[in-house]
Amino acid sequence: MKISEIVDVLNARVVCGSDKLNTEVRYAFASDLMSDVLTLDTENLMLVTGLANLQVIRTAEMADIFCVVFVRDKKATPEMKKIAEENNIVILESPYSMFRAVSVLHDCGLQPVY
Amino acid sequence: MQFKYDLEGGNFSRAGHASSEVKKILKQLNVDARIIKRIVVALYEGEVNVVAHAHKGVVMVDIDEKRIYIRIEDEGPGIPDINLAMQEGFSTASASVREMGFGAGMGLPNIKKNTDQLNIESEVGKGTVLEMTTMISS
Repeated sequence: MKISEIVDVLNARVVCGSDKLNTEVRYAFASDLMSDVLTLDTENLMLVTGLANLQVIRTAEMADIFCVVFVRDKKATPEMKKIAEENNIVILESPYSMFRAVSVLHDCGLQPVY
Repeated sequence: MQFKYDLEGGNFSRAGHASSEVKKILKQLNVDARIIKRIVVALYEGEVNVVAHAHKGVVMVDIDEKRIYIRIEDEGPGIPDINLAMQEGFSTASASVREMGFGAGMGLPNIKKNTDQLNIESEVGKGTVLEMTTMISS
């Protein structure tokens, strides 16, 4: 599904990367534990998390994750936005809970990693 | 090509700086994206370990046509039992490290998974040296 569709179904705000909303996403992983995110080998992956700090963006950068969705209305800081922009990472903020966001994305056809 | 980066214990806002720079260099050298990911994930885990556990450290990187060699040296508490530290799930990380999304006991096993050759030497009360070598071309 396209990132623009994810924005719609999650009632999300685009923090950065608005020029990349046509990108297709195939897999999603939901976690607040970056240690687990760093063990994944999956390509074309989006991260759904309620943890909002700079290390989430660094983790996405190293793991080639091109879209990060912050749930539970967590906000990206200006520094997070800056590093995401430098690395072509799209940041979305959704008011939904993790469970609700994941349910909606699964119903729309996003695949789990395992 | 050789590069050096300083690491500061406890400073999570800087963790990932060296990995980010190395990623840019490897991209410029047209290294395969999957290999770059393995290298920078391992280096980033190593950086996080130093920031989480040590007082300070240094990353030394040496790249030639065939391989990348990374040495992470820290001044810190050291690892009393390296075999135990290599087990998935074993962690001595503080609550504040866990709040950052780390400290699940996955770091060293994940570094091993993502490097072709890993050597760890540690002295309790002094520090730890990690040496990681990964082939960048066949």
